[in-house]
Formats: sequence, structure tokens, C-alpha cells
Amino acid sequence: MSPSSNQDYRLAQGGRIDREAPLRFLFDGHAYDGFAGDTLASALLANGIHLVSRSFKYHRPRGIYALGVEEPNALVETGIGAGIEPNARATTIELSDGLIANSQNRWPSLRFDLGAVADLASPLLSAGFYYKTFMSPAGGWKIYEWLIRRAAGVGRAPELPDPDRYEHSYAHADVLVVGAGPAGLAAALAAGRAGARVILVDDQVEPGGQLLNTPYTINGRPAPDWVAEATAELDRLPDVRRLARTLALGVYDHGYVACVERAIPVAQGRARWRERLWRVRAKEIVVATGAIERAIIFDGNDRPGTMLASAARAYAVRYGVAAGKRAVVFANNDDAYRTALDLANAGVEVAAVVDLRHDLSGALPGMARERGLRVLAGHGIVGGRGRTRIKAVEAAPIDDPSNRQIIECDLLAVSGGWNPALHLYAHAGGKAAYDSGLAAFVPGAPADRMTIAGAAAGRFALTDCLADGARLGAEAARRAGFSAGPALVLDAPEPEHDSRIGPVASPSRGGKRFVDLHNDVTEADLRLAVSEGYRSVEHAKRYTTWGMGPDQGKTGNILGLNVLSDALNQPVPQVGTTTFRPPYHPISFGALAGREVGDLSVPTRKTPMDSWHAEAGALFEPVGQWRRAKAYPKPGESMHAAADREVRAAREGVGLFDASTLGKIDIRGPGAETLIERVYCNNFTSLKQGHARYGLMLGEDGMVKDDGVTARLGPDHFHMTTTTGGAAGVYVWIEDWLQTEWLDVEVFLTSVTEQWAVATLSGPKARQVLGPLTDVDLSAATFPFMAFREGRVANIPARIFRVSFSGDLSYEINVPARHGLALWQALMESGRPHGITPYGTEALHILRAEKGYIVVGHETDGTITPADLGMEAMVSKKKDFLGRRSLTRSGMSGPERKHLVGLMTKDPARVLPIGAQILERPSEARPAPMIGHVTSSYHSPTMKRGIAMALVKNGRARMGDTVYLPLLDGPTVAAEVVKPVFYDPENARRDG
Amino acid sequence: MLLIPCPYCGERAEGEFRYGGEAHFRRPENHLEATDDAWADYLFMRKNPKGWHRERWLHLAGCKRWFYVVRHTVTHKIASAYKVGDAHPDLPA
Repeated sequence: MSPSSNQDYRLAQGGRIDREAPLRFLFDGHAYDGFAGDTLASALLANGIHLVSRSFKYHRPRGIYALGVEEPNALVETGIGAGIEPNARATTIELSDGLIANSQNRWPSLRFDLGAVADLASPLLSAGFYYKTFMSPAGGWKIYEWLIRRAAGVGRAPELPDPDRYEHSYAHADVLVVGAGPAGLAAALAAGRAGARVILVDDQVEPGGQLLNTPYTINGRPAPDWVAEATAELDRLPDVRRLARTLALGVYDHGYVACVERAIPVAQGRARWRERLWRVRAKEIVVATGAIERAIIFDGNDRPGTMLASAARAYAVRYGVAAGKRAVVFANNDDAYRTALDLANAGVEVAAVVDLRHDLSGALPGMARERGLRVLAGHGIVGGRGRTRIKAVEAAPIDDPSNRQIIECDLLAVSGGWNPALHLYAHAGGKAAYDSGLAAFVPGAPADRMTIAGAAAGRFALTDCLADGARLGAEAARRAGFSAGPALVLDAPEPEHDSRIGPVASPSRGGKRFVDLHNDVTEADLRLAVSEGYRSVEHAKRYTTWGMGPDQGKTGNILGLNVLSDALNQPVPQVGTTTFRPPYHPISFGALAGREVGDLSVPTRKTPMDSWHAEAGALFEPVGQWRRAKAYPKPGESMHAAADREVRAAREGVGLFDASTLGKIDIRGPGAETLIERVYCNNFTSLKQGHARYGLMLGEDGMVKDDGVTARLGPDHFHMTTTTGGAAGVYVWIEDWLQTEWLDVEVFLTSVTEQWAVATLSGPKARQVLGPLTDVDLSAATFPFMAFREGRVANIPARIFRVSFSGDLSYEINVPARHGLALWQALMESGRPHGITPYGTEALHILRAEKGYIVVGHETDGTITPADLGMEAMVSKKKDFLGRRSLTRSGMSGPERKHLVGLMTKDPARVLPIGAQILERPSEARPAPMIGHVTSSYHSPTMKRGIAMALVKNGRARMGDTVYLPLLDGPTVAAEVVKPVFYDPENARRDG
Repeated sequence: MLLIPCPYCGERAEGEFRYGGEAHFRRPENHLEATDDAWADYLFMRKNPKGWHRERWLHLAGCKRWFYVVRHTVTHKIASAYKVGDAHPDLPA
């Protein structure tokens, strides 16, 4: 590729770019050159390119407008393929060799965009046009929306997974200083000299902020030299951390600040990480974020070549780029004359300064006149020439707008005053106050742990910025517990600084007057909103989308407020302001996610036998954070076929199941029995040592909360099990009662879920497999159902529970977790002659459903009582327990309750989907009255048919009835209501 | 993210804690005889003040103790934290 331009707009000298380090980049397929130290924006301007985008709604040509994050127009797409990043600000992209950038929202090309027809149709596209225009026909909105979304909008989202890596870092600071301009550097120095732990963040590559392009001196030396000295001192202080390329995005409670650091760009490649999210907890925050210049409302104020005056000045002084060869400066305040002087001194011809004010008695206008610049006092800009680049402006006295003069120019630098960047202050709960002299919001009452220095506080003079920073930095350090260090003496003489500003709007001659460049919102749109009744600032904002673009109205908010103020005939403070919320600037999803993507998005809990399951080819499923073996399909076998085979083995021979994920709580102390009695609704006093019992736990609302088997290991010692998913919740719930209500119950709870590995042997041959491995007598007479024994299994100390969740003979063998795999292997070895078969959670669910055993969370949903489940006989009448009072509340019984029932489909081959809704009659008018839903449903290999459990209104009165289940993508299925026990209702197999 | 002063461990980030809602609401005395209304009030009704609020918090990823916090629901300022059984500190003016 060869450069198509030779940086014609690069000034012969000056700027902080490295002219020895040329970089080549592509914009819209053309190659251009820039220098190290450029941003994409400054490099484009050096090549004479202003036009970089088409506007959101009208597709009007738009140019680079600002210097940094406040940029409303220059949104571009960078990168290619998976590395595409849409909506990047050209003004914040550090130029690197080989950078690829493209314009957005244009077709077929930036210069000739068919979407610009929207501009011709703009009378139809005023505020609220969607709501007015696209109301009919009904259903038409779907098509309109598609068209509107295609025509409007910003960049394309990348379609491939993000190949970059993002990091998260945490940090603590005594004093966090945001912004490394004059106030921020002074604050960081003062706090650092006091010995405080300081973090100084700044979004620029180089510290210094406005000091990098100021003509003034500090302590008699050029400001950039002082920046270098201050930075060197900060870097020597051991407890000061300086983060460049780092933008503070949000202030949250109690000094918590989120910042994003961009990596140093790597030419032609990827940085080790792309962005790093810093979460800083600061005792004190000094906000030194400076101010953002705003525009002026005038006809045609969006022509490419129009930009903020401070941006034009910085491009010239800091980047050595003339944003134009002949400039007009449009002003309503004295600061604009600094731009005029800086441009003139840098070698840009200044054709005129057009100032809305009549009285120009300040020092800076005087210097401009002395320099020979043409100043038009009491004049406004009322129009201009040029479509894709400004060619001339029309200036006229504000008292006589038709008396126009044409001034040729290719750069219009607009200065409408400065807005303190109060976003972080607002995040911290600060309420800004309006200063009518500055026509800007300034900090009001102090916000938590935060002080505001310099221009961010509306104190724009360099002396004030430095003094504020030094004072507030020292004070912040003192509040954080540090006594002041060596004083900072900073002397920065400058011309008298008058911050007062004139009108924010120029007289209108009927052209488009934008108040929000990004969202194409005009003054007329806001006035229309008011005339249509949207009188609240929040309503007018939403109706017009003013301030709602990606730039969040950083340059246009005050302009809009002034328009509303005029339209409502209310002073600005009464109109109010909209709320700034984090983030200050858009943040990538990648930075938010950090490394927590893919396998690292959630921790995976594995049982001690997990490696065996993996080697056996298990199909895993996530259960909460656990991964559990769902089935062990053989090569070529489906999951369902495998589960069927596993069920048959556990019914007819012997199966082995990894039950290690069950929640386990060790309960010990003189109050242990009292505690157990209070948290379960069924009786446990009669539970003897060496025995276990199924327990049902209710919430205080009387609804089933959890269930599990609890064994009595000693008089004051119990081993409670909970559901896998409920373990943490049950533990917290019981601790809550113990710590806050039952202070008299002396008992300790210890979560031992991960201390025990559990292997469940199940099936008629279970005894033959376990027998040879253990010293425990397994005979039914000495070790009956629901008994518990301690002994050794495979020479490992073990607790054996004879409980059953399959309905067949079953032993749950608990061993210390580190022996889990050895136990499993020993059982598999011992079971080999008996055809032992490992089974997974799918088979477990089928086995329990065949027996009608509930699973909390399937058959219950927080609205189901023990009686609903047919378990009312379990509920103790003699004791008090959590939830008891609720069982007699109105609505807890009667025919409106849903009951747990079984469903047998008329067609045995049919397996109902879980969640299917149940109707009384096969066809009902819509919406049909639903009487229940399917909670569990499987193909039962034992019964050789589909079986289901369901909650059905008054279900126990419907035994033998036929109900109907309309399937989403199929027929309406008929099923018979039956008892929810399909297999061995006499429990002969379980107890044998 | 709040910074919560656990009375056992000191200041820790909110992520280590679990919120437990309004503090010091009473389970009715002789609750088995409580009226449906009184019981429903205890079960379901909680204060949601705009201003200072006594709350229950659990330091789940720390000492696993429940304790009480006086927090302002608008500003999120925390005035005090105290243990179960401690005298209840006054609400700030």
C-alpha cells in the first residue's frame, strides 16, 4: 500500500508526536501516514480528513469534533474479523502501525451515502416520529422496526468470539486522584509527599492534560517541563501508582471506583491483554477530571470542519496538526481567544473571531486584537457553505441577522464555554448546582469521600487548578491519616482569566440547529417536545433522545437545557438536569467479563471420583456448580439408551452411583436433638442412635423447603444430608435461627459436604458386592432399612447408611473424601462378577420417579405443602417446628390446592415433556383454564412405558380421571390420573 | 459495592456478605395461637424505609456470623454495626 496523502496538514514543527517514528494505517481501505504519539483522529486530520462518519438518523456527513471521550461524531470500527471493535472514538484510539479503521453507518460509501435521503425527508422525522408515523397497520411495526434499525444506528457487532484477553485487578488507595492535569498532578504530589498510598489515573497516554498545550509557565518553566518533573517525583514515591491510558468510569458506594486501562497497542498484533478493569477501593477520591468544552447552537452547526475550539488548539499545539488552513473562531467567552492566539502562533491563518458578546474588555480579546486578529463583536454565525467540508461561514450582527458577510474558511472552531466534568461527582450522589455566570453546573454539597479540584469544580484558571490540587490532595491524605509533607509551591502567571460567558445560541435563520450531534437532535425537536407536553426534562430527553447517545450528551446537555429553559420560560436550575450514571464512557463486555469466560465463568466443583467418570466416558451435566455424571453411554449408545441400561442394572443386578454432592451438615452439641426437632416437621426424638430417618424441612410459610436423610451418630451428634442444590441455603437458614433466635440452643453446625465422598450401591445384588469388602454385618436382621453403621469398607473407615432413593436394596457408603476414588474402584472391582454398572443422575431420576419419590425443586416450587405432596401423615402433631403455624392458615387446604399425582399416558410410548400444562377437557377456549403441570417425566424401562408426576388441582379427587395435555409442537395427549407410585408400592424390594 | 464493617472481622467488601432484610422484627409470642393476620404480618410484611434502616447481614464468606447494620437506604451510608444481643445503637438524626 502506498500513502495517498503526505500529511499536508501536519505543521512544520511543534507537537509532542515523534516525527522519527512514522506509522502507517488504513482508513476505509486507504493507506495514510501518521506519527507515534498521534491518535487516529489527529493522524486523519494531519491528512486533511475531517469527514469520518454519517449521522445516526439523517445520515448527514460528520467530522471529527472533539479531542477525547466527549467526541460525538467520530465513531469508527477498528480491526478485522473476530477482532472488530465497533463504535470506537477516533479521538481515543492511539495510533499504531497497521491500524485498520473503517467508517460506519454509510452505504455504499462515506462520501456518497444513500441513507442521506433521510435528511431530505427530515421534516417527517421529527421527535417522536416513530410513535406518530408507524402506528398502523397493526403488526406493521415489526417491519418498520427492522427498516428503522437498519437505517439508523451505529456500528456492527462482531460476529465471532472475541480473541482478546481481558484482566481484572483490585487495588486499595488512601487517595485516588482521577485526572493527571494540573489539579490532579498537584493533588497526587501533595498526597504522595504526605506518605499516603496514592493511585493517579488518567485516560491519556501522557500525563499533563491541558498543560501539554498551554503557552504558560509554572515556576518559570514551560508547563510540560513541570509535568515531566512532577511525574518523575511521583514515580519515585514508593506508594504512588500512576496508571496511564486508564479511564475512571464509575464511582460506586464507599469509595469503590471502576477504571479501565487500555493496553499499549502492539503493532500488527495483539497485546498480552487488551483491557484491564481496575476496581479501586479508595478512602478518599480527588476528582480532577477537568472540564469539557461545549458548542454553540447555530444554523448548520454540524458541518465537517466544525470542531470544539479547544480541540483545534490541542491538535495544533499537542499533535502539530492544523485542523484547517484558514480558521474562524466562534466564541461566547474569553477562553476562545486562547485558541485563536494558539492557532495563529502555530501557523494557522485565523480569518476572524466571531463573538456573540458586545463587550470584549477582557485581557485575552485584547491580546488577540493586538496580535492583529479580526474580531467581530456582537456577531453570530447564521449559516455556512460546504457539505462534506466547511467552505465558508455566514456571520451577521446578532441584532441584524440578515446583514450577512461571507467568511471563507476550512475550519470553524467553536467555543461555547466549559462544563466541569462532574460525572464522577454525580455517581457518588453529588447534586450539582447551576452557576449562571459560567452557564454550567458546578459541584454543590460534598459527596461521600470525594473532593473536586480545579476545572472540574468550575475553577478554570491555571493558578486555581494547581492551588486546588495541592490543597485538596494534602487534605485527603490528612483525612486518610497522614500528616502533610513538604509544601508544594506553584507559581503560574497567566493573563487575567474571566470565565463569564455570553449567549449559548446564535440567531436563527431557519437552518438545522443541533443540540445533540450524535443522536441528531435539534433545537426544534426539543421545542416540539415541549409544545407536545413533554415539559419535564426527563420526558423531553426520552421523547427526543437528546443526550442518550453513546456520548451521553457530553457536549450538548447544557445547550439542550438552555433551549428547554427558553421554551418553558423557566430558569435553567428549575428545568433541572438529567442524571449522570456510570459508566462515564462505554465499556467493553470483555473488560467487564475479564477472565471469567468459558470454563472459568463459574467454578466447577468435582467429586473425588470425577476422574473415574471422565475416563469411563461419562456424559456430565451441571448441577449448580457441581458437574455430575448424567449417564455412562457406551460407544454408539444414546444417553437415553444408557440410562435405560443403567436403570435395569440397578433394578435387576447392582448399580453404583456417585452421591458425593449431597449436602452434609455435621450437627453436634447438647442442643442437637432440639435443633433437629425444630427444623424438621416430622418427629426425630424417637430416632435411636445407629438409625437414620427421612426428614422434611419447611419454611416459616409452611412450604416444603428441603428434604434429606438425617442419621443419629450419638446422643448429641447427627449427620444431616440436604439436597445438592439446597446445601448452602439450609446451612445459612439454620445458622440464622441459631444465631439470632435460639441463642439458648447449644449446638455447632459444620458443613461437611466436601469432607465425605459417597458411593451408593443399589440393587438386589448390593449385599453381595459390599459383603466381601466390609467388617459390618449386612444381614437384614442386624442391619435393617434406615439403619446406619460405622466400620471399614475396603479397609477405609466408613459410615454406611442403608437408605434408598431407588426403591431397591441400597447402601450409601460415606468415606473421607481423599479415599473416595479408592472406595469407588474397590466397589467396581468387587462388583465385577455381578455385572456392576455405574449409573448417573438420569438413571437416578428414573429410579426415584418409578417409586414416586419427590425431588425438591421438581415436585416443589416454594408453594407446595407436605399435604399437597400427600405427606401430611409425616407431619408431627405433637411438637412445634418451623412452619407449623402456617399449615393452618387459610388457603393451605381445600380443593383449590394442587396435589402430587401420577400420570399414565394412554399411549404407553408417549413421554410427556416436563412443564406441560394440564387441562380438564381436550379442547378449551383460549386462554384455557389450566389445572396443573407435569413436574417429572421419563420413559420407565422397568414399567416399559412413559410415566410422569404432576401437580394437579384437587388431584387426589381425580384418581382414574382422564386429563389432557396440549403440547406446544404436537397433539393434545390424554393421560390417566394415578397414584404417584409406579413400582413396588409395597416396598418389598427396598426392605428385603 | 458497599464496605461493611463486620463487628467480628472489620471492614469487608459487600461480596462477602449476604443480605438478610429488616432486623428485629418479632416472631409473635405463643405463635401457634397467633391470629392469621398477626402471623401473616410476621411472615410477609417488612419495613422499607427511605432513610436509616436496621438490617440483618451474614458474613458468609468470612466468619459466618449474622449481625446488624444501620444503613441509610438512600445514601448507603453505614452508621454502625452491632452483634446479636448488643444494645441497639440510636439511629442517626
